[in-house]
Amino acid sequence: MDLQVCIGSAKLGLQLERIRGILGVADSSLNGIFRMERIGRPGIEAVDAPSAEERAGVLIHRRPQIATSEVTDRALYLRRREFLRRSAAGMALLGAGAASCFESERADAALASADSTGAKPRRLKGLEGLAPARPPFTVDEELTPRRDAIRYNNFYEFGTDKSDPVRNAAGFRTAPWSVAIEGEVGKPGTIGLEDLLAPHTLEERIYRLRCVEAWSMVIPWVGIPLGAVLERFEPTSKAKYVAFETLLDREQMPGQRRRVLDWPYREGLRIDEAMHPLAILAVGMYGEVLPNQNGAPLRLVVPWKYGFKSIKSIVRIRLQEREPYTSWSASAPREYGFYANVNPEVDHPRWSQARERRIGDLRKRDTLPFNGYGDMVASLYTGMDLRRSF
Amino acid sequence: MAASNATRRRAVRSAALIAGLAPAVGLLLRALLDRLGADPVEEITHETGEWALRFLILTLAVTPARRLLGWSWLAPERRTFGLVAFGYASLHFATYLLLDLELDFSVLAEDILERPYITAGFAGFAALVPLAVTSTRASMKRLGARWIRIHRLVFVAAAAACLHFLWGVKADLLEPAIYTGIVATLVATRLRHLPGRSSIDSDPAR
Repeated sequence: MDLQVCIGSAKLGLQLERIRGILGVADSSLNGIFRMERIGRPGIEAVDAPSAEERAGVLIHRRPQIATSEVTDRALYLRRREFLRRSAAGMALLGAGAASCFESERADAALASADSTGAKPRRLKGLEGLAPARPPFTVDEELTPRRDAIRYNNFYEFGTDKSDPVRNAAGFRTAPWSVAIEGEVGKPGTIGLEDLLAPHTLEERIYRLRCVEAWSMVIPWVGIPLGAVLERFEPTSKAKYVAFETLLDREQMPGQRRRVLDWPYREGLRIDEAMHPLAILAVGMYGEVLPNQNGAPLRLVVPWKYGFKSIKSIVRIRLQEREPYTSWSASAPREYGFYANVNPEVDHPRWSQARERRIGDLRKRDTLPFNGYGDMVASLYTGMDLRRSF
Repeated sequence: MAASNATRRRAVRSAALIAGLAPAVGLLLRALLDRLGADPVEEITHETGEWALRFLILTLAVTPARRLLGWSWLAPERRTFGLVAFGYASLHFATYLLLDLELDFSVLAEDILERPYITAGFAGFAALVPLAVTSTRASMKRLGARWIRIHRLVFVAAAAACLHFLWGVKADLLEPAIYTGIVATLVATRLRHLPGRSSIDSDPAR
């Protein structure tokens, strides 16, 4: 693509956004007002007249047509702005031909120093022509600014402060990368990341992310359905659970030098949860390769569960008959369960889970059962006491 | 010599005040420049809480500094540090009440009763209130010996603050453990001066 054209369209995008902002008619700002009314003043809801379905918390089906275009527009706009920013930074530092340098180490290093967040955005190959997220795999809510999503991370392997990972993961080597698939599968083995991804089409998924610490984000992930990946390795009838493991590497992951958790980080899902179409293995976000601090190069995303279930930098996937060891429930069994479904009714022993702060908002909002994905996943837990299996 | 003593006292007072206000100014500047990170409420909560504990530690350090290092020039600033600690504790509590609970007092009551780390934090803050109220010279005179007993609450406040921090973190106890260690050390220096040994040292908070 011609660089000039690209920057031109990006500028146009920015200008449009600015004009909308001045007129106060930006889609996103309208969303914001709408949201404030819903959470801040319950009386307004009558004006909005939600259907029974909406009142039941089925947010992802609300105004689906408008939702798709709005969110897609926003996502594309963010991507354009990102491209502009990188183009500008690249050209300023390296002169002409910046576009071809995006993948190079030099450009990365230069950009890292130019970018206060220390991020090294890289365009994700194979994203051209990527279909925008469609319901039910998108939400009608404003995206969290990328800047916030890449500098506010719980990734204890790179430090326990949320500002640690962006700094400490800057030099993390994510290539070459391979994943061991083992246990109750017909075709076990170790597979390189490229081969793992090759048969699948990358998809964009715009999901809410609800952290167990009562904050949340909305993130445009890029990934592949976990179920489709598992099928390739032919799970046996004994494969009742899937266990995941993060890389163990004290050299590269300074957080592992202290026993804050029993390293390596481990997580798990029941097989039906893993096969659910909402569960994905992500390799990117905001149209970029997954930043290291967000779990590069391969992470799980399970949007109806608390964020700690969505394990990062995966090196091992094991299918097994018994419920797997999971790091947080082992560390504090009273506070974190194996299921960890987002549930406003079941408090963390030390804080309420009824409400959450969306990053970027001042006011809190109500937390939705299953993080708003109840209509798609609640049936997985029929007959279970979710207060006990928290 | 009297003049230079007064000058020195004023300089120490100014330094203490500047030290006390600097973190608040820093937070304000970061807020105005949008440099509080992705979750400003969390950042303000953590910063004000930590500064409250740091100044509480400084308050507790004044007496050992006088006794062990002979820094008697620092003694008049014990009250300054204590009031600054109370100021940050108030901001910490106000942030929690206003921006976290959004003034929902039923949740406040539930938190205080059911969540031990909030119970401890609230107890620590409550213990500081009478100390701030009776921090004036007039109160000191009026209360006499009782003033000393009341101001032993500073140890309750410090212990509660440490528990609040220790119980509040998710898994990494290192930072609160360091603070707790410092508080324990400062308390330990007073063990040689338990009440009854001598009249001068009968005030453990001194």
